[in-house]
Amino acid sequence: MSSLPPFSSSPSSPPASEWPESRTLTVWDKGIERGFRGVAIACVIGVGLLLGCIVFFIAIDALPAIQSFGVSFIIRQSWNPVENVYGAGAVIYGTLASSAIALLIAVPLGVGTAIFLSEDIIPASIGAGLVFLVELLAAIPSVVYGLWGIFVLIPAYQPIGQWLHEHLSWIPLFSSPPIGPGLLPAGMVLAIMILPIITAISRDSFAALPIELREAAMSVGASRWRTIVSILIPSAFSGIVGSIMLALGRALGETMAVTMIIGNVNRVSWSVLAPTNTIASLLANQFAEARDLQISALMYAALILVMMTLAVNIMAQLIVSRVRVIDKL
Amino acid sequence: MKPKAMKSTGDRHLSSDIAHALQRNPYRFRVWVNAGLTGLAALCTAIVILPLVAVLVYVVVQGAQRLDIALVTQLPPAPLAEGGGLGNAIVGTLLVVGLATLIAVPLGVFAAIYLTEYRGNHRLVRSIRFATNVLSGIPSIIAGVFAYGMLVATGLTGYSAIAGAVALSMLMIPTIVRTTDEALQLVPFDMRLGASAIGATRYQSILRIVLPAALPSIITGIVLAIARASGETAPLIFTALNSSFWPRGVLEPIASLSVTVYTFATAPFENQQELAWAGSLILVVLVLLTSAIARLVARRARIS
Repeated sequence: MSSLPPFSSSPSSPPASEWPESRTLTVWDKGIERGFRGVAIACVIGVGLLLGCIVFFIAIDALPAIQSFGVSFIIRQSWNPVENVYGAGAVIYGTLASSAIALLIAVPLGVGTAIFLSEDIIPASIGAGLVFLVELLAAIPSVVYGLWGIFVLIPAYQPIGQWLHEHLSWIPLFSSPPIGPGLLPAGMVLAIMILPIITAISRDSFAALPIELREAAMSVGASRWRTIVSILIPSAFSGIVGSIMLALGRALGETMAVTMIIGNVNRVSWSVLAPTNTIASLLANQFAEARDLQISALMYAALILVMMTLAVNIMAQLIVSRVRVIDKL
Repeated sequence: MKPKAMKSTGDRHLSSDIAHALQRNPYRFRVWVNAGLTGLAALCTAIVILPLVAVLVYVVVQGAQRLDIALVTQLPPAPLAEGGGLGNAIVGTLLVVGLATLIAVPLGVFAAIYLTEYRGNHRLVRSIRFATNVLSGIPSIIAGVFAYGMLVATGLTGYSAIAGAVALSMLMIPTIVRTTDEALQLVPFDMRLGASAIGATRYQSILRIVLPAALPSIITGIVLAIARASGETAPLIFTALNSSFWPRGVLEPIASLSVTVYTFATAPFENQQELAWAGSLILVVLVLLTSAIARLVARRARIS
């Protein structure tokens, strides 16, 4: 689960050189010791290099496509296996747009829930139960959300989309008729899937704020919500931003639920009711049947996705780890 | 709230002023704003919980229709055929996730042992912890792309259970490394000193003292990783692929619950769609059950 908090690094064991040996080791002992240590080093290097390996090997496989399409791959919209011309413009747009919709829905809901669960509004036992339910939300597999989206969410959303199109079609966002799958329902399911991340980490950063902040605010006459809005939200701001970044990283790369709901049409449209495609769903749909240059083009698209999520995740980790360091002081 | 009666008359005057100031005036604007915002936060929480309830209810109601013995014993039906089950997909998921666990657990646990117990180079340890955290945020489909590039496209294994297991193990490793690392750090240093004092070498102290002490938390982490992996679809669709037969070996394409749910959910046949719901129910129960076990183990560890 990507919503787990990052490492704490409290020292509890000294470095290798300080290990106290109480007796002279036999050759046998030394051999096993060296072997054990060697295995551990091999594993840690393997794990450490995994990230680099992923980027490196995907980049190697993407090389033919990078050579034939260059940087314009990022903005070209056509994805044409027949003529072997590929561009990721449409899917990059779809990836960013669906993540943006998801964040627009999930950030206010998630932060509101985090406040409700951390600010002593309800009894602690009920709060703990609700926190557990939010965690369960994160445990449900993506493909189950996709199935639910196809058979429950899309039929429920269809009349709303129809209404939006009939009455507000002069707004470009609603300019196409809803055909079922589309950007908006995909964004809604993505929102459900990233809500646990935003809620859990925002709640943690509210709960970590010292009680004195609240006492001081209340003692000068601030009401509960004056305290929350003027004191607590600014103090927990970096934690909230970190949670949003982690959620964005998840939203950009989320595959199955989006693939099943977004419609998989490589087209850029202003309308949120129109079907479109994301990088992840393009990969999911085409890899198994791809050949030659198409594989390489897919690798190129995957490389772009890796770079996007890496950038977002590194920033998120830096922000969240800084918050955690402050907690410890 | 009524203030306590004061004895001197001057104080009484003052105290009634304070009492007045402390009284909450229900018609004040800020009282309304407060109540309104609290209601809004409660509404947010309700909206967040609603999808969970909706998903669980639909999965249970729709999935229960096909919950019978055929579901676990029979092969999936052809497009227009009646009946059928998900037997091969259940076996396939167990096999692929089991293989992935065999790869990820030793790697993850040994890596964590190095991070906490040996810690040769501080900068190296810190950067590996950071890389592991970032790795846990990499989209699951990228693990599939990597395994495809390494094993499938090169012809090393082709579409196979092994390729799927390698992809899944990459998603399990960050969770296992992190939880094991944290669990080992919580073992008091005195236990290591004690082991050394009675003549244990370093590996003996790790294997016989430190690991057993941290075992419940490590198991929690492993179970959580398994729970996550067993629901993953994206890393499997173009590594393990799919199959409508019983598993024939680790070097053959293999069916899994999640991929079968995906293909049947997007198929236009009612029989297959019903099976997709039943498969979802199995997946959800599997995931929730393992999460519950993990919590139980963690709680027991905390008590002892």
